[in-house]
Amino acid sequence: MSPDDLDGIAARENASRKPIQIRCCTAAGCLAVGAESVRRELQGVLEQHPLRDQTEVIGVGCMRLCGFGPLVRRDPDGTTFAGVRPADAPAIIAGQGPELTPLDMHQPFFRNQKSVVLANCGIVDPERIESTIAAGGYRGLRDALTLHSPAEIVQFVTRSGLRGRGGAGYPTGVKWSIVAGSTDPNKHVICNADEGDPGAFKDRTILESDPHRVMEGMVIAGYATGARTGYVYVRGEHPLVTDRLQKAIDQAREFGLLGTDILGRGLIFDIEIRVGAGAYVCGEETALIASIEGGRGIPHPRPPYPGKVGLWGAPTLINNVETYANIGAIVENGPDWYSAIGTPTSRGTKVFSVAGRVVRTGLVEVPMGTPLREIVEVMCGGAPKGARIKAVQTGGPAGGFVPEPLLDTPVDYEAMAAIGSIVGSGGMIVLDETTDMVEMARFFMDFCRDESCGKCIPCRTGTVQMHGLLERIGRREGTRADVLRLELLADVVRHTSLCGLGRSAPNPVTSSLRHFRGDYEEKLRGGPKS
Amino acid sequence: MTAERKMRINDVQVKFEEGETVLACARRAGVRIPTLCHFDGLSDIGACRLCLVEVEGSAQLAASCVTRAEPGMVIRCHTTRLAEYRKVILELLLAERNHVCSVCVANGNCELQDLATEHQIDHVRFDYQFPALGVDLSHGQFGVDHNRCILCTRCVRVCDEIEGAHTWDVAGRGGTSRVITDLAQPWGESQTCTSCGKCVELCPTGALFPRGTSVGGLVRDRGRIELAMAHRRHESCHG
Amino acid sequence: MSRLRFATAWLAGCSGCHMSFLDLDEWLADLGRLVEIVYCPIIDVKEYPDHVDVALVEGAVANEDNREMARRIRDRTRVVVAFGDCAVTGNVTAMRNPLGSARTVLERSYLELPTLAPAIPAAPGILPVLEDRVRPLQEVIAVDGFLPGCPPPAGMIREFLEGVIAGGPPVARRPRFG
Repeated sequence: MSPDDLDGIAARENASRKPIQIRCCTAAGCLAVGAESVRRELQGVLEQHPLRDQTEVIGVGCMRLCGFGPLVRRDPDGTTFAGVRPADAPAIIAGQGPELTPLDMHQPFFRNQKSVVLANCGIVDPERIESTIAAGGYRGLRDALTLHSPAEIVQFVTRSGLRGRGGAGYPTGVKWSIVAGSTDPNKHVICNADEGDPGAFKDRTILESDPHRVMEGMVIAGYATGARTGYVYVRGEHPLVTDRLQKAIDQAREFGLLGTDILGRGLIFDIEIRVGAGAYVCGEETALIASIEGGRGIPHPRPPYPGKVGLWGAPTLINNVETYANIGAIVENGPDWYSAIGTPTSRGTKVFSVAGRVVRTGLVEVPMGTPLREIVEVMCGGAPKGARIKAVQTGGPAGGFVPEPLLDTPVDYEAMAAIGSIVGSGGMIVLDETTDMVEMARFFMDFCRDESCGKCIPCRTGTVQMHGLLERIGRREGTRADVLRLELLADVVRHTSLCGLGRSAPNPVTSSLRHFRGDYEEKLRGGPKS
Repeated sequence: MTAERKMRINDVQVKFEEGETVLACARRAGVRIPTLCHFDGLSDIGACRLCLVEVEGSAQLAASCVTRAEPGMVIRCHTTRLAEYRKVILELLLAERNHVCSVCVANGNCELQDLATEHQIDHVRFDYQFPALGVDLSHGQFGVDHNRCILCTRCVRVCDEIEGAHTWDVAGRGGTSRVITDLAQPWGESQTCTSCGKCVELCPTGALFPRGTSVGGLVRDRGRIELAMAHRRHESCHG
Repeated sequence: MSRLRFATAWLAGCSGCHMSFLDLDEWLADLGRLVEIVYCPIIDVKEYPDHVDVALVEGAVANEDNREMARRIRDRTRVVVAFGDCAVTGNVTAMRNPLGSARTVLERSYLELPTLAPAIPAAPGILPVLEDRVRPLQEVIAVDGFLPGCPPPAGMIREFLEGVIAGGPPVARRPRFG
């Protein structure tokens, strides 16, 4: 396959489209509420339908409003239906029916999104590479191979201002240049798809909906850094990701977009999947690498960082799913286009999975710098039944609670850190006024206690002790001394643990104590004054 | 390398060799840094966190056993903050399993007990967990008492790296982690154990012991192991 | 200056700490001059008195009598010292805790292990009810000082008491468990 063949494939694919396309979401959220039977019914009804020659049913990825699935869109006009049942199939195909009320696509939830990473989610069929190519997939790779040197690509990534979307926000360009700068002939690229934060489902959805975008980013990374092998480390609980990704890899190989002569340019790069076995800590890069190597998924002290000594001792570039998903667009549109989005320190867009006590649950992609209030209140409609929002939890067990009065804080790495939370990998859990913050802290500590690998003492036993204290306070048997113990342990575990899991495990405690101390005091034995 | 290989540890100027760890430099300079998982001659894993030190200019504490010395480094090993952190870590260990010193084979000969005294621990501020753990006496010569184990993994490493048997490993995770022999089979049924006893010699507490040892009766003879390690190093240099 | 009102008490322990206290030998005579011993297993006082300055409390809290006594000591004493490993850590007394509740402990001891007439003893009002979990003293009452050891050596007890009598803090200089 040559670079020009991409256009040919796209043209053929577009020419084969029927005028009416019915797109049925087949991402995990909609599948969980019956999207597969909706799709089968649509297909079945269509076979007998007068419109069958002008209409086709396409399984696509996420349409974002996950809480209202199954979602079905009728193109080209884009009329979208929520909560579709199989019985609705005839009306949808006909484009009209008494019981169908289309979603308002001009509401802020849709209108205020800025699509870069999710540009093709809900549009392309994730199981057909031609569909992706027709929607512009792999054009970034083509441009990289035909127009730019590897060093220029690293420059692009650096100039774009892209920062790691796994949560830590490390400048991506710096990582790339470290690996690119190594003279070791043996290098690797890893995509971290071990998304495990409670409430986070954006990486899963990206891979289920548009796997090629992530793979394209990885191939470009291989070109830029000189790595020839790529691994996607997929969380074991995401079988649909593994399934779709494997299909995508097979098709990309077949189309010459992976392998030994990519786009006829002699580039060698291939991708393999590694499936995790259910350990949250394997999202930590050194533990992830140990797991790929076949060892126990436990973290190792850094330095050395994987960029210098990584997988099997070789320089290794390891980035998050969403980070790679940005790369193709950066190459295609240029770094200046990308860095024009967002804030001076946090460029581009960010995908969030919004869940919890909120009217509209789903995926949101917004420019960095968007205030949290805009996301949870304006776009997602605030708490249901008119309840007041108490706080928004960001960043999972590593993150913190943002109290309602601080919701005007922009989604920006520095601004979020300043209020004791993090942008995080993208989980956003909305909590309403009925939420007990001690119980929330206990929940997250229970998670960390369970997920601690057990290697280092403060994380292994400190989380157990903190969980015990939170339980006791929750039972109204705690004392002021217990709160002091909790604070002491939070300090010790944060500063002495070996890896990020332990270092951030106390965050929900410190953050809830900082913003919701009253929730604790009210529970102390003998009341707030004890 | 043009910069002079010198650093400061607790205001003592120390020269070092390329690749040396901060811990090794501190020991050579006579500065005591407490350790539990470290043992000279075994690989370092940075797990016990007792050897954490402050590095000037760095926001994070560094485990001195896995931190390479660099020219111009300024290290502090004995601040009030570090003393408190070490104390809490030791208290957490003491509360985690059933370390009943008075009825332990290692009473009076235990690194955990000694460290508690060194750090002036006169009680534990956290709830004792009292887990229900077993003792495996299936091996003819040795026993393992999980109540005393602190998961330092010295046994795992000495068995793998020095004896070459890799009988020991760790199963489970978090607070439910425990050391196992082979695939969590009874030690006595292990197909790989050579009964060399290195793990028993290196255990810092009373978790691994020769059978028949009574309370306070455990005497360690580390000289034998150190000899084996020296021999191993010699082989790897000249083999 | 009036002498310190000094007490020692014995909860769930083996009395070994008091044996070690007796190992102070002739210094006990000096102690008798330095403080007023108002309550102790070796003097004939039945009721724990009021206004005690310093109390050494041996043993863990294993039953409801221990708990009640611990509370009484706390209410009537200025400086409460956990005396010996059972009071400080639970020690041997707490080795039943991994078995679970009081019920499982009693079943193990009186039903599973005995070969002759297994029965759980019940004597309401005479035998205090076991608590489900044996606790070190500081988990039950606030404790001001700790003197670990099984038992704490006589020399350490003397050094500790000399410090307290001289008005110093109740702190053991080289504490050691076991």
